Amino acid sequence: MKWNIIIKRILFLVVVIGIWQLIFELKFFPEITFPSPLKVFTALYEGFASGEFLIALGASFKHLFSGLSLAILIGTVIGVIFGKSKQADETAGMYLIAMQSIPSIVWVPLAIMLFGFTEFSVVFVIVLGGTFVMAMNVRSAIHNVPPQLVRAARTMGTKGWPLFYRVEVPASIPYFMSGLRLAWAFSWRALMAGELLSNGPGLGYTLSYAQDYARMDQVIGIIIIIGVIGAVVDHFVFSKLEKTVMRRWGMQ
Amino acid sequence: MFLQLKEVGKTFATEEKEFQVFSDINLDITENQFVSILGPSGCGKSTLLSMVAGLENASEGNIILEGKTIKKPGPDRGMVFQQPSLFPWLNVRDNITFPLKGKMSKQEANDRADHFLKMVQLSRFKENYIFELSGGMQQRVAIARALAMDPKVLLMDEPFGALDEQTRHIMHDELMKIWQETQKTILFVTHSIQEAIKLSDRIVVMGTRPGRIIKDITVDIERPRKRGNLEAIQLEKEIMDLLEVEINKVLKEELSQ
Repeated sequence: MKWNIIIKRILFLVVVIGIWQLIFELKFFPEITFPSPLKVFTALYEGFASGEFLIALGASFKHLFSGLSLAILIGTVIGVIFGKSKQADETAGMYLIAMQSIPSIVWVPLAIMLFGFTEFSVVFVIVLGGTFVMAMNVRSAIHNVPPQLVRAARTMGTKGWPLFYRVEVPASIPYFMSGLRLAWAFSWRALMAGELLSNGPGLGYTLSYAQDYARMDQVIGIIIIIGVIGAVVDHFVFSKLEKTVMRRWGMQ
Repeated sequence: MFLQLKEVGKTFATEEKEFQVFSDINLDITENQFVSILGPSGCGKSTLLSMVAGLENASEGNIILEGKTIKKPGPDRGMVFQQPSLFPWLNVRDNITFPLKGKMSKQEANDRADHFLKMVQLSRFKENYIFELSGGMQQRVAIARALAMDPKVLLMDEPFGALDEQTRHIMHDELMKIWQETQKTILFVTHSIQEAIKLSDRIVVMGTRPGRIIKDITVDIERPRKRGNLEAIQLEKEIMDLLEVEINKVLKEELSQ
């Protein structure tokens, strides 16, 4: 990245924090609902120093890892079925969009009633949050395999199962990568929704705990952590992977 | 006869109506011949080639290669498309060994890939990925891939149609060299009269509405054929006159819609 872009971004942050400090100084809001930037950063520092945030983060990533892996697995299977079978797609393809459009927080009461205030409930919500978007992307991945490549492979005598795993699978990787990226984004949101209403541990639980004790500095601090992790993982993992694949596959 | 097309016809059926692309195509092609199929768009020349490849079924008649009726695609017929259709997830060498997998050892396959890469002058690029190659280079890889299967016939569907003029001329010369070196039978579809004259032993001119063979010309001009050759110019004019009627037919139909 170019230096001038980095400088612009830092300057922007400085301005935002400056305005924040200014509003704080003007005492528009009581201090308990509007902490100063310094107080928030202190809360962040203390949270990490005491290990509290790290434990919460570890638990969250454990939930995310199980949930996201399952979502990718189940979503891929459903997507391949809908992508390969016209019959299945005509019968149930519509409902995939319906399922995908349900915000993941909606599943929380259902999960709690089914599985109680357990970590499994959280994982369940993550799976529902990520599966359908993954399935939809895998389905379009298979629909978007260039027919030209399939024709070329057939002229070389490739057919049946080898045609699927030697041509169709690698040819669908670009859309599959977009699916991964979206599944991650949806699962990250679902994770927070699930944990907010759980009995912990987890970052979302720590957030609702901070709310219960009126620790606005911690609330804002955790929101910052959630945003930063979301951006960092997207930028350094999924976006990068997607770009590399797109380039190699000649789609850029 | 090596490759025979007997009363071949193709009809596409949609729900409302049937559309006959061509019918009653008869063609005998001897081994090592370079045959061009030339015609205006819509005459079904690419469809005909796809049928020889086995990608499409004949609605009528038979296509016979060395006594066997063609029903489906197979490695005895290598095909080069207008779009290179290479696999972007494989490097150049792995693209060429793709059809050889399971038929010979990896070492043999790699040796064979190296041999054909040398023939198309891309030895330096065997580790490269497809997106790193120019259009002309990609098409050369596609030719090497088709040749590596050691097919009996090489089918080429306007393979240089998407290339720029200069690259196309270079590719013509290279294809001539490859043809002389490998002694393959080549069936070459094109809409360029000059290209057909420059390359072929024989030009099958197709007309349209309905698709049919209107003339079968043996090209008896000494190789290598230079541009500006008087015989070639004469032949070009002759084919142009033949096709003018056909092209006008298409234009008339399109304008009346």
